[in-house]
Amino acid sequence: MTTISEQPGEPFRISQLIYDTRYRSLTIQMIAFILIMLGLGWLVNNTVENLAALGKDFDFGFFGSRSGYDINQKLIEYSSSDTHARAVLVGILNTLLVAVLGCALATIFGVIAGVLRLSKNWIVARLMTVYVEGFRNVPVLLWIIVIMAIMSESMPEPKDFRGDDPEATMIAGSIAVTNRGVYVPGVVFTRSLGGNETAATGDGAGETVPTGSGLDWLVILGVLGASIYASRVIAHRADKTQEETGVRPKTGLIQAGTIILPTVAVLILLGAQMARPELKSFNFSGGIHMRNSLIALWFALSLYTGAFIAEIVRAGILAVSTGQTEAAFALGIRPSSTMKLVILPQALRVIIPPLISQYLNLTKNSSLAIAVGYMDVRSTLGGITLNQTGRELECMLLLGLFYLVTSLIISGAMNIYNNVVKLKER
Amino acid sequence: MTQSVSYVRDTMLPAQDPPALQSGPVKWVLDNLFSGWLNTILTLVSLYVIYQVLSGILPWMFGGIWDASSLTQCREIRDTELGGKEVACWAVIASRWKQLLFGFYPPESYWRVVLALVLFLAAVAPILFSGLPRKMLWLAVVAPFVVFWLLWGGTIWGPICVALGFVLGWAVLTYGEDIAGELAAILGAILIPILYWLFLAGPLARGIADFSSPILGFSSVISLVGATMAAAGIYLVTRRSSEIGATLLAIVAIIMWWAVVDPYLLVRFGLLEFASGAGLSAFGIEYVPSKQFGGFMLSFILGMSGIVLSLPIGIMLALGRQSDLFIINKFSVIFIEVIRGVPLIVWLFTASLLLAYFLPPGTSFDILLRVVIMVTLFSSAYIAEVIRGGLAALPRGQYEGADSLGLDYWQSMRLIILPQALKISIPGIVNTFIGLFKDTTLVAFIGLLDPIGLMTTIRATTDWNGIYWELFVFIGLLFFICCFSMSRYSQYLEKTLRTDHR
Repeated sequence: MTTISEQPGEPFRISQLIYDTRYRSLTIQMIAFILIMLGLGWLVNNTVENLAALGKDFDFGFFGSRSGYDINQKLIEYSSSDTHARAVLVGILNTLLVAVLGCALATIFGVIAGVLRLSKNWIVARLMTVYVEGFRNVPVLLWIIVIMAIMSESMPEPKDFRGDDPEATMIAGSIAVTNRGVYVPGVVFTRSLGGNETAATGDGAGETVPTGSGLDWLVILGVLGASIYASRVIAHRADKTQEETGVRPKTGLIQAGTIILPTVAVLILLGAQMARPELKSFNFSGGIHMRNSLIALWFALSLYTGAFIAEIVRAGILAVSTGQTEAAFALGIRPSSTMKLVILPQALRVIIPPLISQYLNLTKNSSLAIAVGYMDVRSTLGGITLNQTGRELECMLLLGLFYLVTSLIISGAMNIYNNVVKLKER
Repeated sequence: MTQSVSYVRDTMLPAQDPPALQSGPVKWVLDNLFSGWLNTILTLVSLYVIYQVLSGILPWMFGGIWDASSLTQCREIRDTELGGKEVACWAVIASRWKQLLFGFYPPESYWRVVLALVLFLAAVAPILFSGLPRKMLWLAVVAPFVVFWLLWGGTIWGPICVALGFVLGWAVLTYGEDIAGELAAILGAILIPILYWLFLAGPLARGIADFSSPILGFSSVISLVGATMAAAGIYLVTRRSSEIGATLLAIVAIIMWWAVVDPYLLVRFGLLEFASGAGLSAFGIEYVPSKQFGGFMLSFILGMSGIVLSLPIGIMLALGRQSDLFIINKFSVIFIEVIRGVPLIVWLFTASLLLAYFLPPGTSFDILLRVVIMVTLFSSAYIAEVIRGGLAALPRGQYEGADSLGLDYWQSMRLIILPQALKISIPGIVNTFIGLFKDTTLVAFIGLLDPIGLMTTIRATTDWNGIYWELFVFIGLLFFICCFSMSRYSQYLEKTLRTDHR
């Protein structure tokens, strides 16, 4: 009788860890892991030793203490007697402000330049090429400094606006571009939700100073969002009716009304008034004062990033083959609908991912605010707060974390979008 | 036969010119510039803009004053001779261009920088352009050490001793395989040079530089060992042709060593009397500390060393991110995302403020070196992402084809995957390099004197206080030329490497 006995398994040998591909990867990973851990441990150990030698500890308690410095450009109330934490918040908001403004303007520049670069008009196309190559090939830092110098050296002084025959005039009677910054009209709420204060001004007359305008803007944005949503619902209904009956009900006016009317009503209820900048004594007052630092950073970043976006837009449009347009025409789709239904969806799939990474770059480049003294998060958290408290480790760690989290959020959003628009193949 | 139909012409009339509006430049202008009302408006607006810009800039630029010693003098010349017309004061460039290019590098040593640049260009030329002789690649092997020595100066033995480490690694890799097996040879080729650099290279270089010291010590040992090794090497190499000749050559080598490289050994043994002597061991050029580096030269050094060093690291990171090995994959992902998520300026501040915390107490090293390390790590993360895109864009068939040929991981990467992936990623890589080169201007914020940092320095002097545009134009042009030629090169490369038939 024969018995089938199990083939005796080869006993495990130590040398298999090196020579057997099944185990080798494990060995490599273990070695890599040990090395990485050793390296990290070495760094942490050094840091602890160094901190001990300097008599420092690792403590974020300083955020609760008084900051003691002023920030000239701010979106929320802040004074030097507030805490470091609030100063950092002001800085973060300033970074986000210039990032959002910059992304918006860069998109406008980029789309215009990208489309015009494809224009059949020879001069316009060349002009746009000069813009794109000129901005792409020179450091953004230089552009920031150049625009700052243009603003502070070549713009008129506020006193030039004075007199019967002034050397400088305000654009459209309400925007003053001076060497101290740009003054644009602002909105003041006379019946603000947060209550108003009457502040005494120099000439004795009381001036209404809104204190709760943040709340007002929140309400307005809320109403605007809700009415846009409502108008979308109406459009959706109209689509349904069109699919069922073949006749599209006219909803254009109703949609426009749904968006505009509630917002206007809220504005009137809040007593919104346009506050124009006016020349008083040596400077303008009223309206919104955008400092040179903000203007320089904003325009330089927008122009610079706009040049990159122009290339992205151009590539995106070129990526849609002409066959698509021809096919759409052959189907009898009108040019406007062809653009909306055939070209744009395909071009946007190519355009949007690199566009968002350009937004990311712009946000990171906004840390160049240091060149013009704009108080962004790097200048508050990584600048004055760091220098005043002497806590390099904590401040730099938080600063890095802030940028990292911002980047991860933006790139996370991009990944979601990519998955949504991805070509569903096979 | 006579012509039967008299009115039929038997010769052709010469072709008439097309109508004036349908040919030549007129047609081109009509088609390209005034083909519709929108186009016409665009053309007119563009022409107006171009006219405004040029009429403002050209007289300012070409009427500029080149000969003045200060901005005040410039303004005097402008008011007296040119009637107050706004013109550029190029005199600042004329008097400070050397500083803008070289920083505070000692002027008598400018030739070293220029020579280093020439050597660098000669070394990269065969890598950049495939038409050049392959033997020039040897320059690329030697150049880093020579360029380093030319720029920083000091004794030549430092770079040579560092280079010896690479030779050591290469020797272990080539000859160690027969003795100890492949794996041991690879490990040895990594470990032995590192150990050599950490513990032996420094004392060795110092020892050789100390040959001239009259004390009998470590350097004398090195000298003896060096002489023996040189003789043995020459003997082993030339033995095959003739035994006697090789012996003679070895003896000549030893004599040459003591005559040329280390004449002081004989002095130490009392065999010779030298008051002050020559000898290769003392050969060196004036040492220039990093803080004297500046201007465009600094940007170039930072940019180029970042570019050269970040490419291999970036490739490794990209492979790591594509790898199946869990720990290596996650490490690469975290490294890349953390580096990319934080702006360069924060990393530079980290290098200047925090690095002292992370290193053993008491260590401090050159700020320039710190910045190079940071810039390299920074751009390698970006390069890694670009190359990962190239790796992902390759069809799966390429990977499977490599596997089916029986190639192992490194062979398939080296021979099949990377050549194609790198080719696809060329535009992205060059864009990253251009970005890196432009970003080197950020070092102005941590106290290094790159062109933008120098701009502040120049403006701080009483002579040139208040000068802006001329410096902007000069620096902007320098950067534009470098970056623009890099992007043109990438287009050229794309064209030469395009193998698909389109």
